[in-house]
Amino acid sequence: MGESITFWVLAVVSVAAALGLVFSRKAVYSALMLGVVMLSLAVLYAVQDAPFLAAVQIIVYTGAVMMLFLFVLMLVGVDSSDSLVETIRGQRFWAIVGGLGFAVLLALGIGNAVVGSPKGLTAATQGGNVPSLAELIFTRHVFAFEVTSALLITAALGAMVLAHRERTTPKPTQRDLSRQRFIAFGKTGKNPAPLPGPGTYARHNAIDMPALLPDGSISPLSVNRYIARYEEARGTLSPEIARVLEQEETEQQRLNGHGTPTVAEEAADAGPDTEPMPEESVVAGRVAGPRGESAGESRSEEDGK
Amino acid sequence: MTTHYLVLSALLFAIGGVGVLVRRNAIVVFMCVELMLNACNLAFVTFARQNGNLDGQLIAFFVMIVAAAEVVVGLAIIVTIFRTRRSASVDDASLLKN
Repeated sequence: MGESITFWVLAVVSVAAALGLVFSRKAVYSALMLGVVMLSLAVLYAVQDAPFLAAVQIIVYTGAVMMLFLFVLMLVGVDSSDSLVETIRGQRFWAIVGGLGFAVLLALGIGNAVVGSPKGLTAATQGGNVPSLAELIFTRHVFAFEVTSALLITAALGAMVLAHRERTTPKPTQRDLSRQRFIAFGKTGKNPAPLPGPGTYARHNAIDMPALLPDGSISPLSVNRYIARYEEARGTLSPEIARVLEQEETEQQRLNGHGTPTVAEEAADAGPDTEPMPEESVVAGRVAGPRGESAGESRSEEDGK
Repeated sequence: MTTHYLVLSALLFAIGGVGVLVRRNAIVVFMCVELMLNACNLAFVTFARQNGNLDGQLIAFFVMIVAAAEVVVGLAIIVTIFRTRRSASVDDASLLKN
């Protein structure tokens, strides 16, 4: 009785989760649904006199394999959602029809097969489940077990070889980065120093408080543009900051006629690519992060303004 | 009860198969393959109890090991493909076509 209640609850949960895995648009939801299926299967193993397999299922699948999936998902980009374009016409429809047909066929075949009541494992596991399994593994199936270890080592080596990446250019030192910043300063007049932190000399050090210059006026470099835009939309932007931003904007428009970019303008439209980087290293920085320190630096500069 | 377990296993296997055919994201395709392997394991464990023989559980154990190795190598391949092609879609890796 208890077993059938467990079965029906877990069967409904696992089939629903499996459908969610297939049909959810976001890959992270799919991963979580797969975790639900694996956990319910672990409980089903435990119900069916396989406590060792239940433990291994939780440790290996929900522990290791799911974590690996989530790691790769985060690395490859969570937002890499599926394309809705069907490359083969009608493929989706026929796949679902085929899957339904396959399920019905299997279910009918199994339903028609005459199975007696289960023999149970009490006779086979005289000394407990784990010792009996161990006896089988280390006597009759010892060769397969040894081959398994070779397989695991090969897989680990293969993963290391596949994921390894040789550095083709030397890693830029702080000296190189500083030189780059000053070359940029000479060419475009871009401010080589870090941007003033928010709240420097101001009454508060919150991110939405602009820094004050020594004469008490607001430094336009330190105004957080995102917060300013948000506050402007809500109508809570303080009049002083609005005035400073407006002044800066008119000055920029005046200067743009002459075609010389100002420091403020340069800082205003500085995106994540603050430093002139070759295309290749930008790509590398997003995946493996060999230029992680420079990316972090430009980000902190961006935050600072 | 054995029949119920086997039908559940068949359902999960079919759902996984549909997922492999329908989804285009390589990682999700991999997850669906894992689902199919898990469904097979459930059938193995069920048959082990039905026949009073521990070999079914042992096979399920080996399937888990092979699946873990397969996931490691497969995900490494996906990461490598993503690095060169900037995409995890199975449609984009079609250099061997024609």
